[in-house]
Amino acid sequence: MWFQIILIASLVGIAIYLIRSTPSPRHLAIRRLLVLVALVAGVVVVVAPGLLTQLASLVGIGRGSDLLFYVFIVAALLYVVNEYKRSVQLARANTQLAREITLTEARLVDRIDALEAELAAANRPRG
Amino acid sequence: MAPMVAEPSPVLPGALDATTWVVIPLYNEQSVIGAVVTELRQHFEHIVCVDDGSTDGSAETAEAAGARVLRHPHNLGQGAALQTGIAYARSQPTAEFLVTFDADGQHRVVDALAMLHQARDENLGVVFGSRFLDDRTKPGVLKKIVLKTAVAVTNLTTGLTLTDAHNGLRVLRRDAAEAVNLKQDRMAHATEIVVQLGRSGLPWREHPVEVLYTDYSKAKGQSLLNSINILVDLIIN
Repeated sequence: MWFQIILIASLVGIAIYLIRSTPSPRHLAIRRLLVLVALVAGVVVVVAPGLLTQLASLVGIGRGSDLLFYVFIVAALLYVVNEYKRSVQLARANTQLAREITLTEARLVDRIDALEAELAAANRPRG
Repeated sequence: MAPMVAEPSPVLPGALDATTWVVIPLYNEQSVIGAVVTELRQHFEHIVCVDDGSTDGSAETAEAAGARVLRHPHNLGQGAALQTGIAYARSQPTAEFLVTFDADGQHRVVDALAMLHQARDENLGVVFGSRFLDDRTKPGVLKKIVLKTAVAVTNLTTGLTLTDAHNGLRVLRRDAAEAVNLKQDRMAHATEIVVQLGRSGLPWREHPVEVLYTDYSKAKGQSLLNSINILVDLIIN
């Protein structure tokens, strides 16, 4: 029962993160903390496997491996969402870069055309 | 390359419109773009095609027909191309109005001219083309459902009450063009541009236009599934 609430809350949280948030140093810090916590928790659970089952029964799940499985799914979803958002950001940066290249080239060509026209106009009366 | 002097238009009295820039996002439309540019060139001096990485010689065809062609280094999407074209056009000191126009020949030049006329007459910032204001355009049933859904979503998100959505024919006054900064590279830009123009607070109207559904444009038309992409692009930040 307890864990159902936690699980649903995490999924809703991921959905909100997907839709709402924009990248910020705060998010980066939170992501790094999460990775750190996961690593430490991993080591602890490897050293003392019994802890996982105890924790599982505390939140209303029978076996520790089930808890691990649920947490893994949430973590994987978070990863996918994060990568998706990152790829959107990269695509936007790429577009801006490409646009700048295009506009810079256009400005140069326009300038060269204008100068050539001036030159042609300047040379014409002599002939 | 460009004509030395702007000759008066052979078909219509009066000189070419030199203060309006027609912006056309262009991607693999070689079979139609030549005719589209040629017809526009009878009325407008400045046609800007943004070639979005076409692989079929569209850019060369547009250039030969008298358009100024800007080239994206690779394909980025229609929204990206439109934004590039708008950025280029509004950087021109003599530009007073921008017309956005589709490359596939589904818009009519007479509609664009009428919209410009209305914008100048009524001093409007924006004129949106709408195919649902008169009965010239005859979309199929499925197309109508897709479009009307898009209209509902657009109106819900923008606060404007338009009768058409994703219609590529628009007239933007210079200050309106400056309010546009499209981040949606793909099709969702058509909703995003309405959001941004709505937020600018500039006066706007809709103008009836005819959309020509040729077999060619039908084959390239938007599918029901693609509207899901548009929705997701808009929702996810």
